[in-house]
Formats: sequence, C-alpha cells, structure tokens
Amino acid sequence: MSVQASPTLFMAMATAATATSAHPDVVSIARVAPPSSLRRTRSKEMWARALRVRFPATLNRGRGFASKAGPQGKVQEAGQGTHSPRLATQGAGRVPAAKIEHLERLALVNFGSREAVARLEKAIAFADQLHAVDTDGVEPLESVLEDRCVYLRSDNVAEGNCTEELLRNSHHVVEEYFVAPPGNISLPDLVNKTPSPTAE
Amino acid sequence: MNTAYKDWESFQEDMVLAGITPVDTESSSVPTHHLLELCYIPPYNATVVQKLLDQGALLMGKTNLDEFAMGSGSTDGVFGPVKNPWSYSKQYRERQRHDEHGDSHWLITGGSSGGSAAAVAAYTCFAALGSDTGGSTRNPAAHCGLVGFKPSYGLVSRHGLIPLVNSMDVPGIFTRCVDDTAVVLGVLAGHDPKDSTTVQDPIKLPMILGEMDVSRLCIGIPKEYLVPELSSEIRSLWSQAADLFESEGAKVIEVSLPHTCYSIVCYHVLCTSEVASNMARFDGLQYGHRSGIDVSTEAMYAATRQEGFSDVVRGRILSGNFFLLKENYENYFVKAQKVRRLIVRDFMNAFDSGVDVLLTPTTLSEAVPYLEFIKEDNRTRSAQDDIFTQAVNMAGLPAVSVPVALSNQGLPIGLQFIGRAFCDQQLLTVAKWFEKQVQFPTIQLQDLMDDGSLVLENGKLTSVSLT
Repeated sequence: MSVQASPTLFMAMATAATATSAHPDVVSIARVAPPSSLRRTRSKEMWARALRVRFPATLNRGRGFASKAGPQGKVQEAGQGTHSPRLATQGAGRVPAAKIEHLERLALVNFGSREAVARLEKAIAFADQLHAVDTDGVEPLESVLEDRCVYLRSDNVAEGNCTEELLRNSHHVVEEYFVAPPGNISLPDLVNKTPSPTAE
Repeated sequence: MNTAYKDWESFQEDMVLAGITPVDTESSSVPTHHLLELCYIPPYNATVVQKLLDQGALLMGKTNLDEFAMGSGSTDGVFGPVKNPWSYSKQYRERQRHDEHGDSHWLITGGSSGGSAAAVAAYTCFAALGSDTGGSTRNPAAHCGLVGFKPSYGLVSRHGLIPLVNSMDVPGIFTRCVDDTAVVLGVLAGHDPKDSTTVQDPIKLPMILGEMDVSRLCIGIPKEYLVPELSSEIRSLWSQAADLFESEGAKVIEVSLPHTCYSIVCYHVLCTSEVASNMARFDGLQYGHRSGIDVSTEAMYAATRQEGFSDVVRGRILSGNFFLLKENYENYFVKAQKVRRLIVRDFMNAFDSGVDVLLTPTTLSEAVPYLEFIKEDNRTRSAQDDIFTQAVNMAGLPAVSVPVALSNQGLPIGLQFIGRAFCDQQLLTVAKWFEKQVQFPTIQLQDLMDDGSLVLENGKLTSVSLT
C-alpha cells in the first residue's frame, strides 16, 4: 500500500494542526488533542513521588482514597482536553507498612523488595483514575453473559477414576493421600521476608 | 471435517494436554521460577485441544509465552523471550544497516501468546492456539504478520485453559489467512458441557466464509482510538483502510466510545483482582513446584509461591489483593465493574447506531527490538500495548487482527476489526474481503538457510519449512 495522506474521516477528526512524523516520506495525519485523564495522570512527576518510598511505621498515613465515600467526580469525556483530578497527589500514594504485611499474609506472596512495593503504589495510583468516572445508578457488570441462562449439568458422576494420574503430580504422597506439613501454625517472619521491604 | 485433512497445530503452554510435560528437552538449565514446572503432567486435554485431535490434527508442540499469560512482549516466560521471525526476514534485514551483525537486535513478537505467533509466522505449523484476555492473541498477530482471532466470549470452551481472568479469557487462533481461521473456528466453536460459560446457541458449522457485499456494510471508526502515541504509519494505514471500504460503497462513520480512556484502568483492576483469586490455587500441595520448607502449611505455601512465581505474577497478585481488601472492595473492584458496564454500553450504542464492524489499529507501533522493550517494566508495557485490544475483552466481543502492510522498516502492521457478540462469522467475512484487497506479502525466510554467517544461539538453526 502506498502511504499518502487521505483527506477524509481522519482529517475531519483532528482538532490540532500540528503534524509530526518520524518518517519524512510518510505524510502523517494531524493530531487530535490528547485524551484527557489517562495521559496526564501518568505523568513522570506522579511516578517520581510514588517512588520516593519511605516506611515511617509511626506515620500511619492510610490511603486517602479508601476513606472517600461513594463514586465521585464528573464524567471525563475523552478527547475534550478536560482536566482530570490528580488524585495521586493526595497521600502521595504510600502504602503503610502494616498494610504491606497484611497483603503478604493474605496473598502468601512476598513483596521481596522496595521496588515491588513501589510497583504496587504505581498500580494503585494508576487505578485511582477510575474515581473520575460517574457511575451513579450503574450496576456492576460481572459477566457479559448475564442476560443468559447458562448451562448447568446435572449432578451425576460422569468421569473420574484417575487417582493415579492426579497423585503423580504431587511431590509428597503417602498411599492415596497428599501430604501436607502441619497446619494451625502461623507464618513465621523468617520464611516470608527475603529481605523485608520495611527494614531500613 | 474431513478426517484426511491433517493440520499441524501448536498451542501454548497454558493449555493442558494429557501426558505431555511442558519441557524443552534440549535445554537442561531452565530457570525454576515457574510453578507449573517441569513436573506437571496434566491428566486431561483441554477441550479445544481434544476437538482438534478428534478431527485428525497433528500436534506439533507447546509454545512459549509470558508467564501465566501476563505481558505484552512474550519476554517474561520461564523458557526465555520469544524472537519474532520477522527479525530474520529478508524484508527487514535488507532495510537494516549492514554492519549490524550478530543476533542482538532481534525483535519481540508481542504477547503474551508470542510463541504461537512465531510458530505460525515461521511456517512451522498450519495454525496455533493462544489465549486472549487483553489482546494476547491479536497483539503478537499484528507484530508477526498473522491473522489473530479472538472469538466471542462464550463461543469457544475454556475448559483446560488455565484461567487468568475468568470473565474475559478466551482461546485465540493464529493462522496465516482468514479462511484457515474459519476452518479452525469451525472445529472449536460450540457448547461444551464442561464449560458452563459456553452458550448453547446453535452454530452453523462448518464455518464457510462467503462473498460479501461491501456496499451494504457500515464501518465504525472510534474517534477515541486516535491517540497521539499511535505511530504515523499505522495512522495512515488505518485511514487508507477506511477509504478502501468507502470507495467500495460501504458506509464509514465516526463513532464515539466515550469511556475508552478508562478502559485500560478498569481492565488493570479487574485483571489483577481475578488473577489474585486464580493464582491462589498454586500452593504446591497437589501439583506443581513445591518448596522444601515443611515446618508448616503456611510456610510451605509462602515459600513455594515465592520460589515459583516471577516478579510480574507476584506484583499482580499483590495489587489484586489490595483492590479486594474489604476497605477497597467498593472503591476499586466494584467501581471497576461499574465502569466495565459503561464500556460495554459504549460498544452497544455504537453497534445500535447501525455499525456492523468497528475498524481500529491493533498496536501502537510495529514490533520493537527486545533491548528497547525491556527498558520499561511489564505492567507499564502492558498498559501501553493493550490499549486498543483490552476493551474488546471486557465487552466479550469478537475481534480479529488482519495483517495489512509492511512498515518502512519492513515489519508487519495489522489492523483490528471488532464485531457484535456472536457475529464471528460476519466479522471473519469482512476480514476475508479486506485481506484479499491488501495482499499482505509472505515472509521471506529463505536467506536464513542460505546465509552461513548467521549463527543462532547454541549453534543450532531453527528448522523452517516453507512448503
């Protein structure tokens, strides 16, 4: 396909006249105004703030967003150049040490490093953009098949008898039992912190 | 389907095949950060695999991918990154500086189903299966010059597809042309009693794509998809594609999907939340890697998961758990579900206004070199690269990436068509017509065999069959 400018739909959609192109022989189509919230809230300043992570155990600065009640903000129409709320500036995106430990216990997964905690904070800051959307009166969508009556099979045994194959995949088996270490023992800090992200 | 029709198929490692371990027998030093390590032997076949086997397909093997299908580059798998065959194509190499010897500037395939894409692009098999949760089939298809098809959610069984996001996952299909996709889809589509999220609607099989009257078609161009980050070449091709339809009599109109800019954020929250839940099953007790620590169950689980999951996976689990905390549940998870409904409504409104098919880019740019791709972390890349593809998964719609042309660098560029739910056949018919118009060139890999100066790792040449 030869690459040429096309004076149709795309020209009509552009609102700005600036055209930049990395390829001199490609005639690029004029740009539209950047989509509002997504571009701006992913600014370098915001991420730099999130990265300056310290864990003052005494300073229990919780997530400001969690305490806000209900949906908020106005609908952000894409491409209209409106300002989105810079939610990331509130609370500077820091997750308290107690929360970190709590998450590690729940997930049984170790953060492992300060970078991992920083990544979590970036992820949270990223997710905070959702609060700009007005969802009053909108029901949550759990499945795209919600309007259908999905199939449920009858409760009869149709297959099985594959004990050997199933047991074969386990590292520790005794007769037909999976062998687990003793339960009811809480997780020792020793195992789960390599190294602790909250240690200075 | 004719039982004499033998296809060679590959599918990626997150689909189970009874009796086969996902092991690379030639490599003895495989890193162990993978819970489904070299020891998991699935006791059953995935439905999609079984259906292909029942039709006489010959299984080539299992392919590489980002770990647990998390990623947009196929660079984070335990077996190493996947190289795009187009890195070695004549079309690409002749446009590079001739003093760039060696293998250090190879390109990514895109992801996460990069291995399947590479396999088909390099002509090692007729078709390959992948998964598509946020674009994991369409993204590498665009970068590898293939047809990458995402069926409607509920059309193809997910039984045996290791779940990432249960409400969005579907098996994806890679082929070199749209007709081949229709052939494979004809085998795979249909209700499966083992997957209650497959619908029971009757489907006309085999899926044969007829001729299409373009003048009766209405193509929608979502204006919010015209983002500044989109490469000028793709922007131009997108525009030309729209013109092409218009010149043949189709109605081409601009539509609006107002919540597009929130789509990737919504996807991020829902994806990490479901991942946190789905990854909870990997505790080392019944299958997979198990840590040597056995002082208590919790200690063993924690150590197993620490050893077995990569940083990317752990990061997503922890983010997901954060969003699912009681104090955050309403504000993040439920909020994202509400935004998801708004996104679905956007699509419905577009289709209700008379649009048959939406036309958008698949990726922001052509495939980039691996060394450049890894400068940003997995989450950032996924957020950037999934931008055109993940909204489709949230709405459960069918979509297909069709290769259009080569870039100035000689690399494939694809465009995406999105259809109404369960109108997969119509979507493929449009795609087939378009494919015929653009005549995308075949990859030229013959030089790979002739060029004695090209030495790949370990001194082994990948065998490529061009017949």
